[in-house]
Amino acid sequence: MSENKVVLSVRDLSVHYLTQRGALKAVSHASFDLHKGETLALMGESGCGKSTLNLALMRLLPGNARVPNGAIVYTRRDGSTIDVLKMNQDRLRRFRWSECAMVFQAALNSLNPVLRVRDMFYDTARAHGETNHHKVRRRALELFRKVRLDPERVFNAYPHELSGGMRQRVLIALGLLLDPQIVILDEPTTAVDILTQRTIIDVLLSIKDELNFSIIFISHDLSVAAEMADTVGTMYAGEIVELGPVNDMFYRPRHAYTLGLLEAIPRLSAGAEELTSIPGSPPDLVEPPSGCKFHIRCPFATDICAKETPPMEVVGDGHSAACWHADQVYARALQFTGAES
Amino acid sequence: MSQPLVELRHVDRSFKQGRVMIPVLQDINLTVAPNEILCLVGESGCGKTTTGKIIVGLLSQSAGDVLYQGRPVGEFRGKERSAYRRALQIVHQDPFASLNSAHTIGQILSYPLKRHKMVHSRAELRRRIWELLTLVDLTPPGDVVNKFPHQLSGGQRQRVSIARALTVEPKLIVADEAVSMVDVSIRVSLLKMMHRLRDQLNLAIVFITHDLALAKYFAWEGRIGVMYLGRMVELGPTPDVIVNPAHPYTRALISAIPEADPELTRRKERMILRSEDIPSLTEIPAGCAFHPRCPFFVPGLCDSRVPPLADAEGFRHQVACLPLTQGDALREYGDAFREEQS
Repeated sequence: MSENKVVLSVRDLSVHYLTQRGALKAVSHASFDLHKGETLALMGESGCGKSTLNLALMRLLPGNARVPNGAIVYTRRDGSTIDVLKMNQDRLRRFRWSECAMVFQAALNSLNPVLRVRDMFYDTARAHGETNHHKVRRRALELFRKVRLDPERVFNAYPHELSGGMRQRVLIALGLLLDPQIVILDEPTTAVDILTQRTIIDVLLSIKDELNFSIIFISHDLSVAAEMADTVGTMYAGEIVELGPVNDMFYRPRHAYTLGLLEAIPRLSAGAEELTSIPGSPPDLVEPPSGCKFHIRCPFATDICAKETPPMEVVGDGHSAACWHADQVYARALQFTGAES
Repeated sequence: MSQPLVELRHVDRSFKQGRVMIPVLQDINLTVAPNEILCLVGESGCGKTTTGKIIVGLLSQSAGDVLYQGRPVGEFRGKERSAYRRALQIVHQDPFASLNSAHTIGQILSYPLKRHKMVHSRAELRRRIWELLTLVDLTPPGDVVNKFPHQLSGGQRQRVSIARALTVEPKLIVADEAVSMVDVSIRVSLLKMMHRLRDQLNLAIVFITHDLALAKYFAWEGRIGVMYLGRMVELGPTPDVIVNPAHPYTRALISAIPEADPELTRRKERMILRSEDIPSLTEIPAGCAFHPRCPFFVPGLCDSRVPPLADAEGFRHQVACLPLTQGDALREYGDAFREEQS
């Protein structure tokens, strides 16, 4: 499914917000590659920087944000590369939506309540140079069929006539209108009901197979990541602390925080189970802790964790983690997943 | 069985919207025993919050009876009424909205204590606030008591909400999506604390959530009630309902939930519904409200009569599904149903 072609390569990206107390380091030194057709899930607690990272990829950051270092290299379909951070306004405008689209959470707020769905499609197309309504309509109806919506009805509807799940699917279709290579989804299934969530997951999986775009999605729901992602990244306090293939991340995690998350979520199929939560709360990102930022809450922490920042080390095929005690975490993870089956 | 703490008998509730009445709850029969854990699950609009509010007396029923310790709640007057109101408390979903941002945590906790004359001196008030904060693991209390809600994290605020509910020494707490706005990593500690409080203070807890996995974890020793469009469709001990679900709706929910286990969740068999849209409460389908979506729909039966919550053969809990509960005539059908299930 995923070829080896990299469409987006993020290197050493940091994002700081200027606040009265100083620079808030929302994202620090994030690096990852997104391949063609790959689904990458970023998971972590609220405030871990996952939304900021995604906004940075689209250069949609608010005015008080600064990007002190890093590169976001995008590969076009023709193979040429360009750094998103160095694009001028005109290029950037074309990059957004036609190369890289974003589907936001809370579908009610992302659709204009006084416009019919069709007008939003026409507007979007016109803004990117497509003025032929017939063409746009054909494309939209085709997309609606793919996301399992009744094409004619939805195309002419106002947002309030649609249910939450339908609106979310309209947004997905709208995001795909200009055939982007990358779609960024921000909490695509949060605040929707279980059966609606199932529809959205199924729709995304099938339409992705068909159109072969890449997905980056943020979710705090680990189970959605488990089902949809090829690659999973765990973020903590602005850093990607572990990144790897979905099975490795869920069955053989090497970072204490990933393991902590896995041990904290109830599983429907598991019967009576013992869960443990991660003590404490996420650190202050204006004055982050020394060494490994997780050490204060980490059950594995030793002296070195407080003193030195662990480097991101390769621990397996396409799997890397930044943890001084990766081996111990791994041993306990095997125990944990073994005890389950 | 001991006398139930709260009992709902044939409770209906409707809300007026313009000129139409919207039936939000229909024929809810439910008991909550002392010290019990009961989870209400269902999708938004199924009436779980309304049921919770009726249990604590924040809403009145449109029809039917609500009993507290065997007596209709309308009977209570004066001191009895005040004792009844104190015994049932609710913790709301959003800890940002449910605490007054202009008051300190100490003040927030002191109002109900003073109003209900739970304390008789300043020293006692202080001692009680300290005790409550310790009870909800906000220690040391001295660090928290003078803070304002915005200085606390979501999880800590929810603990304050719970402490506030405990000020009046209730017998039952309704926790309405009490942990859904709290981060995954902290949820479990809140749930464990609620378990501990239940044991320590002999509380009954009605836990309302849309998250079945969470309900399963929290109420493993209790019961789960599954609601759909204002009716209870399945009710029974948690392990039974989760492991051996009877109602097609419950089965659809369980099959639809993604699991935090990549191989399992991709292998899981999904139940395909006949329709993906939830009917509106203004146009509830005749008969079983689930029949337009149900893959096991029996024409002529499911769309003609409302199924009562009843025992079903082969299950140890109650379910509102005619083909499953009607026995003989439909036994064959039921067998095929269960076979397909196992």
